[in-house]
Amino acid sequence: MEFFSWLQYDFMKFAFLAILIITPLFGLMGTMIVNRKMAFFSDALGHSALTGIAVGVVLGVNNTTISMAVFAVIFALLLNQISSRVSASTDTVISVFSSCSIALGLAILSRGGNFSRYSSILVGDILSITLEEIWYLAGILAVTLLFWGFGFNKLLAVSLNRTLARSRRISAGWMENLFAVLTALIVMVSIKWIGILIINALLILPAASAGNISENMREYHFFAVLFSVFSGILGLLVSYFVNVATGPTIVILASVIYFVTYWWGRKNNV
Amino acid sequence: MRRIIRPCGLHCIKINHLGVTLGKQEILKDINLHIHCGSLNAVIGRNGAGKSTLIRAILGDIPHTGTIEFKDRENGHIQKLKMGYVPQSMNVEKQTPVSVYDMIAAYQSNVPVFLMRGKKLRGRIEEHLKIFEAEYLLDKQVCNLSGGELQRVLISMALMDNPNLLLLDEPVSGIDQNGMELFYRTIYHLKENYDLAVILISHDLDYVRKYADKVILIDQSVRKQGSVKEVFASPEFCQVFQYGRGED
Repeated sequence: MEFFSWLQYDFMKFAFLAILIITPLFGLMGTMIVNRKMAFFSDALGHSALTGIAVGVVLGVNNTTISMAVFAVIFALLLNQISSRVSASTDTVISVFSSCSIALGLAILSRGGNFSRYSSILVGDILSITLEEIWYLAGILAVTLLFWGFGFNKLLAVSLNRTLARSRRISAGWMENLFAVLTALIVMVSIKWIGILIINALLILPAASAGNISENMREYHFFAVLFSVFSGILGLLVSYFVNVATGPTIVILASVIYFVTYWWGRKNNV
Repeated sequence: MRRIIRPCGLHCIKINHLGVTLGKQEILKDINLHIHCGSLNAVIGRNGAGKSTLIRAILGDIPHTGTIEFKDRENGHIQKLKMGYVPQSMNVEKQTPVSVYDMIAAYQSNVPVFLMRGKKLRGRIEEHLKIFEAEYLLDKQVCNLSGGELQRVLISMALMDNPNLLLLDEPVSGIDQNGMELFYRTIYHLKENYDLAVILISHDLDYVRKYADKVILIDQSVRKQGSVKEVFASPEFCQVFQYGRGED
């Protein structure tokens, strides 16, 4: 078996391209999600995809990606609003909304015993991506890079101390909402390929690993993107040769990187 | 080292009828303060009296009624007030990969800190850290600083755009007795040597007695303001602090 044999298949070429776009995107977004302690938020967002599809089905929308994205954006803004107003701790509030929305989604989609039609979204299948869909991903990567370039400092300032940021005329609410909306869009555009069950791992693991060994923002971003791309490409190849699902393979590799960096960081006192 | 200006004594900040209502609860009402440049004003009061709310309202972090004026006393000109703020703490947990440079640059510049480091900005930050002998902290992680080190870094940052009014929340944790003394001496040095006024939320009445020019006792509204002597001898003061003098 030749090593580059996989390149003769179109589906592998497309999957490879998609990985090259999704993984740096997830590495980048992950840094802020980990910094702002929003891991649970992005997890809830992933789960809300089911509800998004269900809403689409009920309303008779053909393109479920659109109904998912619209629902996720509303869900994200709502969560942001509520967790800043309600005095109960944020994780409780998120949990309540997340369970409620996922139950609603499951109930609607399982009506008439039809849920197996949608079960593919739980695990995801990157090998089925088409060229057109890759363009969507590229578009959202461009938007994210733009936002990161113009807004990252402000976002960091808000997450370090809200009042201090406000005192410097940085509109904290706007930045937080923009970030939540962007996270929602990214999760929804990629969820078909990665799968609901593991999408959060792909967001969190590279950034968490990078955090283990970084001392400043430049190292943090560099390593997060590097780990993300590395585990993405290697995961795709391994899954091709071993014949297992791609998403889980990538997450297993990313987890291994996390444990290695954790151990290394401990040893070197980073 | 940057040029040090003697306080001119001609500027003043007037806070007129400031009030804050959150939801249905009136947290502050009818606060009237007159703050002179070159003075250290200590805000005291029991827990929940609205001290932090007052600072956040002045900063524009929460909506308030009333007005804040910055006046040139000589010709009565009204100018734009520049404020610096030194928070009690920052949101950094252990292992957060944010260096002192990253933190300051995030507030001071638009050059994305994850991409590159501006040489000019780095120089400017270093210069300000030097004032408080903190330049060696530039590349350290914020989460690894001691309480006193973090305070010095935050004060340097607040001074970077030459504020007319410096608002401080006195640190309550992570600073030992020596550090606290140093903190108050630093503030004292600032108001003596820069053209600015200081409003400081304080929890330690002994330091207030030693360093403050003016004391503002707050409990929803201003209960008493004036010199240390006046306020500490007032019946209002005794009423608020009848239990546990020296802490609140």
